[in-house]
Amino acid sequence: MDCLLIEVRRACDAEKTRVVGRLVRFPKPFRIAMRLVADTLACDRGGRRVFSDLSLSLASGHALVVRGPNGVGKSSLLRVIAGLVQPAAGQLAVENGLPEHSVGEHCHYFGHQDALKPAMTVLENLTFWTRFVQPAPLPGEPASVTPEAALDHLGILHTAHLPAAYLSAGQRRRLSLARLMVTLRPIWLLDEPTSALDSASEATLTGLMRDHLAAGGMILAATHQDLDLPDVASLRLERAA
Amino acid sequence: MSGWIGALFLRELRLSVRVGGGALIGVLFFLAVITVIPFGVGPDLNLLALIGPAVLWIGALLATLLGLDRLFQADRDDGSLDLMLMAGRPLELLVLVKCAAHWLGTGLPLVLAAPVLSIFLNLEPLAVGALTLTLLAGTPALTLIGAIGAALTVSLRRGGLLLAVLVIPFSIPVLIFGVSAAGAVTREPAPFLTPFLFLCALSLIALVVGPVASALALRFSSD
Repeated sequence: MDCLLIEVRRACDAEKTRVVGRLVRFPKPFRIAMRLVADTLACDRGGRRVFSDLSLSLASGHALVVRGPNGVGKSSLLRVIAGLVQPAAGQLAVENGLPEHSVGEHCHYFGHQDALKPAMTVLENLTFWTRFVQPAPLPGEPASVTPEAALDHLGILHTAHLPAAYLSAGQRRRLSLARLMVTLRPIWLLDEPTSALDSASEATLTGLMRDHLAAGGMILAATHQDLDLPDVASLRLERAA
Repeated sequence: MSGWIGALFLRELRLSVRVGGGALIGVLFFLAVITVIPFGVGPDLNLLALIGPAVLWIGALLATLLGLDRLFQADRDDGSLDLMLMAGRPLELLVLVKCAAHWLGTGLPLVLAAPVLSIFLNLEPLAVGALTLTLLAGTPALTLIGAIGAALTVSLRRGGLLLAVLVIPFSIPVLIFGVSAAGAVTREPAPFLTPFLFLCALSLIALVVGPVASALALRFSSD
């Protein structure tokens, strides 16, 4: 199976969401490819079924964009994969990943919240996450980045010794993004990654995502924007009639 | 292995002493409670010396509760808790490190302030020493028991009141043995060592139960 397969089964009963996807074929560029596999996932939030019977398989070097109207369960899907919401049914696994580690421990989650402490400086915030988050290997074995280099790459090195409280919304976002560069993890879960970013930062983000895919990473992004990436497939969540 | 523990400990300590941190709030509250007691009770020195250890212990208990509601909630509010749950570190150890830093930031200042505040309550030097020793042994238990309440109420807005209601019943044994050990020095026939060892045992039990129960509550809180 040398393809990125998004397998879609339609939820047959009167559940809230049905999933419509497509099959895309790509060559597999890595010797030991990792694969994120979700099998017949279902998710309940607040007692309501958000989606059900969702299966997908995402291989190293590929990106999947999750689309759909507001409230359809895009963020819920990412949070289920991150392990922050328990799935109501189904299985999740990372093939060729670290044994005895959950799927969430292979993932970087870049959500709406920046996880920054206003009282600490930019560098202290980033250094903490660098030392705290346990890395997981990527097939392409890229070199990890120091916090200073990550800040420099994102154009906020001049704020390194400023308390994070003084950052603008876009700068906070970029600092939060730096977290993904300093600790290597194969799966990036991006929830509206381009919000509050200017066009230059968006281009930087696209570059980072390309590098990550080239290193054998996987990206799942919930977004309304078009991402300028190679090997990108899309998964559309729609409301059931 | 130890790198992340140091990083977390340093972060918690920094946050507690910087702007918006809770390190000073507890000790200021403790100061406020203890200084008003002599005015309320009146200038009866014998009575003050008699109730002194109990008043100081109750003050320390309330001051500890004051800062606990933000122990995990501050991290939940800005998304840090999600990332901590995904970080691949043992959650029990994470809770223990957070509690240790929290105690160092808020509990230890109470212990250090207690001898000074004892003067307001006319405690003898020996009683001051005993009281400080019991607070040193007992306040970690208060923090660790409180962490369970903090983890259970992490997803609730204004969960501080519920936290107090949940935690106070479990803190009562600590209070009983702490006060009886601290008061034993002045009341001659009562032994000091027996209640003090019980207090140490309670702290050790809390050291095991607190992190495990808090981690369990945190795992279920994420949604």
